[in-house]
Amino acid sequence: MLDLTYTAPTPKTIAGAKEDWELVIGLEVHAQVTSKAKLFSGASTKFGAEPNSNVAFVDSAMPGMLPVINEYCVEQAVRTGLGLKADINLYSAFDRKNYFYPDLPQGYQISQLYHPIVGEGEILVEMGEGIARKVRVERIHLEQDAGKSIHDMDPNMSFVDLNRTGVALMEIVSRPDIRGPEEAAAYVSKLRQILRYLGTCDGNMQNGSMRADVNVSVCRPGDYERYQETQDFGHLGTRCEIKNMNSLRFIQAAIDYEARRQIAILEDGGSVVQETRLYDPDKNETRSMRSKEEAHDYRYFPDPDLLPLEIEQAWVDEIEASLPELPDAKKARFIADFGLSDYDASVLTADVESAHFFEVVAKGRDGKLAANWVINELFGRLKKDDLLITDSPVSAEQLGGIIALITKGDISGKIAKELFEIVYTEGGDPSDIVEARGMKQVTDTGAIEAAVDQIIADNPAQVEKAQQNPKLAGWFVGQVMKATGGKANPATVNALVKDKLGL
Amino acid sequence: MSELNKLTISDARAKLRAGDVTSVELTEACLKTIEDAGTLNAFVHHTPEIALDQAKAADARIAAGNAPDMCGIPLGIKDLFCTKGVPSQAGSAILSGFRPEYESTITLQLWDSGSIMLGKLNMDEFAMGSSNETSTYGNVVNPWRRGNDDAALTPGGSSGGSASAVAADLCLAATGTDTGGSIRQPAAFVGITGIKPTYGRCSRWGVVAFASSLDQAGPMTKSVRDAAIMLAAMSGHDPKDSTSADLAVPDFEAALTGDIRGKKIGIPKEYRMDGMPDEIEKLWADGTAMLRDAGAEIVDISLPHTKYALPAYYVIAPAEASSNLARYDGVRYGHRAKLAKGEGIDDMYEKTRAEGFGPEVQRRVMIGTYVLSAGFYDAYYRRAQRVRTLIKKDFENVFDAGIEAILTPATPSAAFGLGEMADADPVQMYLNDVFTVTVNLAGLPGIAVPAGLDKQGLPLGLQLIGRPWEEGDLLNSAYVLEQAAGFVSKPGKWW
Repeated sequence: MLDLTYTAPTPKTIAGAKEDWELVIGLEVHAQVTSKAKLFSGASTKFGAEPNSNVAFVDSAMPGMLPVINEYCVEQAVRTGLGLKADINLYSAFDRKNYFYPDLPQGYQISQLYHPIVGEGEILVEMGEGIARKVRVERIHLEQDAGKSIHDMDPNMSFVDLNRTGVALMEIVSRPDIRGPEEAAAYVSKLRQILRYLGTCDGNMQNGSMRADVNVSVCRPGDYERYQETQDFGHLGTRCEIKNMNSLRFIQAAIDYEARRQIAILEDGGSVVQETRLYDPDKNETRSMRSKEEAHDYRYFPDPDLLPLEIEQAWVDEIEASLPELPDAKKARFIADFGLSDYDASVLTADVESAHFFEVVAKGRDGKLAANWVINELFGRLKKDDLLITDSPVSAEQLGGIIALITKGDISGKIAKELFEIVYTEGGDPSDIVEARGMKQVTDTGAIEAAVDQIIADNPAQVEKAQQNPKLAGWFVGQVMKATGGKANPATVNALVKDKLGL
Repeated sequence: MSELNKLTISDARAKLRAGDVTSVELTEACLKTIEDAGTLNAFVHHTPEIALDQAKAADARIAAGNAPDMCGIPLGIKDLFCTKGVPSQAGSAILSGFRPEYESTITLQLWDSGSIMLGKLNMDEFAMGSSNETSTYGNVVNPWRRGNDDAALTPGGSSGGSASAVAADLCLAATGTDTGGSIRQPAAFVGITGIKPTYGRCSRWGVVAFASSLDQAGPMTKSVRDAAIMLAAMSGHDPKDSTSADLAVPDFEAALTGDIRGKKIGIPKEYRMDGMPDEIEKLWADGTAMLRDAGAEIVDISLPHTKYALPAYYVIAPAEASSNLARYDGVRYGHRAKLAKGEGIDDMYEKTRAEGFGPEVQRRVMIGTYVLSAGFYDAYYRRAQRVRTLIKKDFENVFDAGIEAILTPATPSAAFGLGEMADADPVQMYLNDVFTVTVNLAGLPGIAVPAGLDKQGLPLGLQLIGRPWEEGDLLNSAYVLEQAAGFVSKPGKWW
């Protein structure tokens, strides 16, 4: 595997009215654990079910009901931790976070405040070729999701859907290592990519499978470096937390707005108040949700219904051994083994399905050619029809077949595109189609020679010009290709034309 | 056959197996007695149809042979246990109208073993109380009276309905639960046997939670043998309760050999409280002598952190309760306050909980909320947990030194009058638990055995504390004490 080296990106600077400012950003990402059952009950986690149909007695907090940990969710959290090169805590424990809300039937959320299951890890966030930020992950803990309150169905009543209540979430907490809105979006995007590779979260932000709370503060240039040296947060500004963001675009816009809001306050001689804010995408602004004083006192304490979670190193090792190849490694391998560019390797490893598709296409064939076809032809065509790679009408085997025909010299690149379109719309085996429809390239020199002779004979004036300006030989090649219906081998035509014209 | 309701489980078992009586007869005798005992206010929900159906099925099972020990035995069930389709209110108005769609693991095990459910038994609201005066159903009355005084006495709490029902022979035995003494204190107040097993021995699934790390169910019976028989039916690993121990259930009855020769029994000096009544002192000394006479080696021991147990308990139990009771919010089941126009969710919570919870529950929810709040957590909850660890260590130290059981009084006094504590500081009431809470904090098994009468003719009990998971051994020591004390008194029927 090729070791890729990176330099850190330049932090984003925002020019205030008086001076320049830098941003410091940390994220708490809530990722729904991919699991058929909830964290502490056997109820289904299926999205989009009838309201209140996936609810066990534990989820609705019936009297005397008790939680029992779902081992698979623990395994998924461990797998995630390993995927983020993080420490796995063999001892962790669950705590209760107490607050009242109708979509929180127990009156508390079971979470892991004091002893999370996963400790320090890191994520490499690429910001361009050779440029990347190493963002440290502070911890990952398991917790229950809340249900859904619906306030707009009736003027006098609110409704509660408990289907999501108790679904397992991983809260992935970063250190304040992110230095701009684009980096924040790239961080979430990279995290999403890794989780999807691992199969521990489907990463569907629209359905709320991934949501982020974004902590933003601003500081003067140089302050962040002082913080890094001392790990003293005193060098950084007061932060505000923007809650519950579920789009990469909104995350960027909200951070940008929030940073500018804070800068304006500071430059006005004011001070930023630590608080929780909400982003309004319609107005592109953040609004105060609750101040530090109004903040809930969650009265965390260890959940007496659950024993501490103790896991074995051997089990962790077993999970580690079963980890799939992750994006960074796969990208490096694509560059090394297939000679791909950094960009092409990034595009092809964006998701597991694309990477796998490419590998099938490229197996035993020209990697660069395969990459070109997958990225330019296939992805372009799929995008036109708004299709995912998993829905591609052309299979990897079919596309591989097309590329094999090109390499063998059976078809030209131009014919190959026609063939691709036929396979895409009608299906079928590429070489059978080429045979059946007479699309095979003509490499018979005699036939091509006759065509060349004919064109030369028919165009004496052009011959004269071409002999003075050899660049015009291309016109003859074009005429021959036209005359042969595009099936003549272009290299052969080229050579013959030059020879016959005496160039 | 008359007065079948007065039988012990073991006697009834023998008669059922011999074909001398049927479960239907036993059940009918109990139902009739219950009907006449409304004054005691022990049974608050009656289930005669269920009882008779179960009794018929039990008779068929007994006739077929190989019926379990508890088959055909009519029981009362504390209202804290969720019983499918039968009101289960934990003695609280906030659960009025609540009928669970599920059966607690323990009651399910009892029905599977052929036991009969006569109905639900009164209790202090959410098991918070030592006199049964906090119940939404009104207080239970102790069948015992002082001499010729007809003042109504408390049966103790929180399992007061269970205690009163067993003592008055309304049922052969009853389930109880014990968070700080709620089985042992009422058992002592009415002259019956009550055992709180090791934490994790009996499933908590389907039992309304008070303080999860302390709650443990157990039987309240007319004899130590009955306690052994019924405990076996209630015990066992339950995968639905993460704190339930995955251990086999020993044959507790087989452990009742009556032989404790050479057994080391500790007498903890810290349980000799200032101002302890002479009668309690004497009872304890008598109990000690009985065990010594039976061949046990009596050892003076020290459990130095005992005096911190009660304050630690009254931090930990309310803390857990404040969180456990958050679910009673009027949203999904039970009582919901009527709201005025314009009132919102916070009003609904406040009104519902103000109307649904009685003063003692409100007090403990507030204490619990306070001790867990930011800035106080370390000073109260964390410190209380440290005390708990020290108390546990005290017991481990004496057990490591070879002590096999510890003898203490069960309560600091005999049953007191209903309403007598009405104007007292709540802490006075909490002092009832002073001998029993240590056992819950340490997760140990503890049993109360009737050992004598005070000069007013009221029963007094002694407590034996055992090593974790050694209920069989503990029951055997209790059995020896029971035999030696020869406690046979029954309250005269006045109700």
